Amino acid sequence: MSMNSEGRVTRPETAAAASQAPATFTGNRALMLEEGLIFERDDYARTGVDLPEPPRVAGRLGGLERNRPIGLPGLTEPEAVRHYTRLSRQNYAIDLGLFPLGSCTMKHNPRLNEKMARLPGFADIHPLAPVDTVQGALAVIDELAHWLVTLTGMHAVAMSPKAGAHGELCGLLAIRSAHDAAGSDRSVILVPESAHGTNPATAAFCGYKVENIPATADGRVDLAALTARLGPDVAGVMITNPNTCGLFERDMKRISDAVHEAGGYVYCDGANFNAIVGRVRPGDLGVDAMHINLHKTFSTPHGGGGPGSGPVVLSEALAPYAPLPFVARQADGGFKLVEEETAGEDHPGSFGRMTAFHGQMGMFTRALTYILSHGADGLRQVSEDAVLNANYVLRSLDDLLEAPFGDSGPCMHEALFSDEGLAQGFTTLDIAKGLIDEGFHPMTMYFPLVVHGAMLIEPTETESKAALDQFIGALRSVAGRARAGDEALKAAPAFAPRRRLDETAAARKPVLVWKDEALPQAAE
Amino acid sequence: MRYLPLTDADRSAMLARIGAASIDDLFVDVPEAARLAGPIAGLPAHASELAVERHMSRLARRNLSAGEAPFFLGCGAYRHHVPASVDHLIQRGEFLTSYTPYQPEIAQGTLQALFEFQTQVARLFGCDVANASMYDGSTACWEAITMARRVTKRDKAILSAGLHPHYVSLAKTMARFTGDRLDAAIPDLTPGAPGDDMARLLAAIDGETSCVVVQNPNILGHVADLSELAARCHEKGALLVAVVTEPVALGAIRSPGEMGADIVVGEGQSIGVGLNFGGPYVGLFACAEKHVRQMPGRLAGVTADADGQRGFVLTLSTREQHIRREKATSNICTNAGLCALAFSVHLTLLGETGLRRLAELNHAGAVAAAERLAQVPGVELVNGAFFNEFTLKLPREARPVVRSLADKGILGGVSLGRLYPGEAALAGGLVVAVTETASAEDVETLAQALEAEIAA
Repeated sequence: MSMNSEGRVTRPETAAAASQAPATFTGNRALMLEEGLIFERDDYARTGVDLPEPPRVAGRLGGLERNRPIGLPGLTEPEAVRHYTRLSRQNYAIDLGLFPLGSCTMKHNPRLNEKMARLPGFADIHPLAPVDTVQGALAVIDELAHWLVTLTGMHAVAMSPKAGAHGELCGLLAIRSAHDAAGSDRSVILVPESAHGTNPATAAFCGYKVENIPATADGRVDLAALTARLGPDVAGVMITNPNTCGLFERDMKRISDAVHEAGGYVYCDGANFNAIVGRVRPGDLGVDAMHINLHKTFSTPHGGGGPGSGPVVLSEALAPYAPLPFVARQADGGFKLVEEETAGEDHPGSFGRMTAFHGQMGMFTRALTYILSHGADGLRQVSEDAVLNANYVLRSLDDLLEAPFGDSGPCMHEALFSDEGLAQGFTTLDIAKGLIDEGFHPMTMYFPLVVHGAMLIEPTETESKAALDQFIGALRSVAGRARAGDEALKAAPAFAPRRRLDETAAARKPVLVWKDEALPQAAE
Repeated sequence: MRYLPLTDADRSAMLARIGAASIDDLFVDVPEAARLAGPIAGLPAHASELAVERHMSRLARRNLSAGEAPFFLGCGAYRHHVPASVDHLIQRGEFLTSYTPYQPEIAQGTLQALFEFQTQVARLFGCDVANASMYDGSTACWEAITMARRVTKRDKAILSAGLHPHYVSLAKTMARFTGDRLDAAIPDLTPGAPGDDMARLLAAIDGETSCVVVQNPNILGHVADLSELAARCHEKGALLVAVVTEPVALGAIRSPGEMGADIVVGEGQSIGVGLNFGGPYVGLFACAEKHVRQMPGRLAGVTADADGQRGFVLTLSTREQHIRREKATSNICTNAGLCALAFSVHLTLLGETGLRRLAELNHAGAVAAAERLAQVPGVELVNGAFFNEFTLKLPREARPVVRSLADKGILGGVSLGRLYPGEAALAGGLVVAVTETASAEDVETLAQALEAEIAA
């Protein structure tokens, strides 16, 4: 255990010294650079592109010509490169170090994925191009679909959802369609309180009433409470498995059986599929629909908040309702697109279209590249290492931080702690900000809601033991200070580009766009 | 398995620390019957970087990419030249491999970029505020309809005939489940038609209307003045939702906000983001300040840190799913951060001057192409006014023509028969988009091939 206590203690006097260091003329400090907004540069006549002189023609804009400046500043190429490079340096990223956000799954992003997604044959094709000119793209969708269906043990997959929450919507629309087709007007979706916030929001967004199901003391769905609530008005349940407490829902099969018995369907939030890929097939647990966050499980870059991609695997019962468009393999080995036109004969039960085109092709290419690199054997190793890393973190910290479900069995891919045992007035937030000064991105804070002051740590499988030991050491150091009531921790972070930011003030009087006193006239 | 750094020795040491005999001990909560003994059968094992590149490249070569052919496809996705530095900058690891900025002190780069994006979008659309992006234009359009329902407490939306049929299709899908009422129509191909079904829209607005949704330029490429429609909406207590699928047009024409739209949504793909066979794209969403608390999606806002220094945070999260759960304004969790960054970088490189010139180039090229293609015997130009996209009425069904052109290596446009299957009146329609990437030679190639097709 001693190695975990070797974390360097951030000396408060050092932190204070850094923030009190004399100001510089530029506001920059060595490699820490301040960067103003593009709107503050007064570069409204400048441009960073070299476009030819347009030929003189009589315009046909119907008298709608713009007659006022837009107010778009322009930067030349060197200025733009510098502006965005400087901004980039104010970000923490997985390329810089461990990013242990629970439930977000920040793992290494292989650059091969990027290279493949940028092949012109994938990146430079139009969604409405004649189908026989895009057979390779349809083959990518078909091949990825095959992997997803096989890894999950399901019947079919809807590829078009644009993100995880969009996938939830897809799954619920399929459930609703199945009930409609059966002439049943069930109106309630049951959502355990440990579920992601998107789950109840999604159920409400497609017209369902939402009822919560409590969790047991060991952090799992209360099977008795759930089965007691089942009835002819319940359309289905939405369960996250592994759940947001980082635990596997042992009773999943019994839950599914009970829900099916009562005439409902089981939606599984697959955000945490990376914990079991290659080891467990959700289809074997009775799941009817589950979205897969390609960006999490199959590592496509999160890019500061998306794009995501959320294909939904479906059971045999729900497959007929999958959305349009659909890729279908033909007898000659080619592929066709099932769209509105042919849906009537090929896919008559479809609930329709849920996005303009075919989904996140760029993400499909990346995910397939990643999947082929790992293979079936590698993906199994992925989940094993992700779970091993999380349990290692759990058992290396549970003597210092309260682990509310530490006795509930092994955790899956994420370790959950609470703020119990911290000194009076010290919170999870202080630990998170202290970790920033240690050079780490903090864990997920205050989620899941079932645990007070939750800290959810997801190391992922792409961290080495050495990286984990360093992180554990740093967290032990910060947690120790929070338990001891070290006041300097309340001022953290001291070394970040900004000290603690006032989020309350931002919400009270929102400033969401830059406003100039007067916009300069644009150059014609 | 080059992405996994643990060695077997590490694994053993870690299991010892955990107190587990084997990795299987960590999966004890999975019921025995659902535990897989080994790698799933029927799937290949891991492959080298070289082998994967070879496989993916082979698939890529089975597609005809836009750069290899005279290219004229639009209808909601446009091919523009993107400066090399855009892709270079978004591939910086600090942008590419960062997450949603939940810890603002170490995410100022993303947050400031999103704030700049919001400001650019708001100015481009002529609105007070914009969010930090949505999935794409089509889903943003449905979100706008639901927002109008929340604002007006009414549930009848009128969709213009010129709204992208996939956007209409999506709205119809959702409305079936939410109970929203939709009033939609299909466009009129009569040559010289005034632009849209403005008369129908004006007549349809009543006291139950939540919003009128109108696309500008519309699916046929028409541009129209929305001012009268906005005035009628406001008179009846409804909102005007404007949809922009080609934002480059706003370098040349007046913005929907200036014409009175209350909510403006759009597809941002054409600035900074490639065609990508339909995604990832970037949804744009802007509105009047008074409606900001009903706006879906993430927002970056200005604040100060403990030293009083300016900084940026995600804000107004009380509208969001992670706090309001079933009462949230939408279920959206992910936005399109990286694509929003690409949009913003490209727009920053263009600036006002560059965007206006790009728009002029597009318009001039489209006018020249429309005039040339209208000379093909039997072909009529439908549009009066347009920006970089227009509709031709062919003397025969357009779909086989498009197919046949593709066989000759020409991606000649989008047939309305594909977008509106079963609508015989539209079967002769061919929508042609002409951006700065299409040369005069490309136009001539298309004109001659079209002439041959029609004569055949």
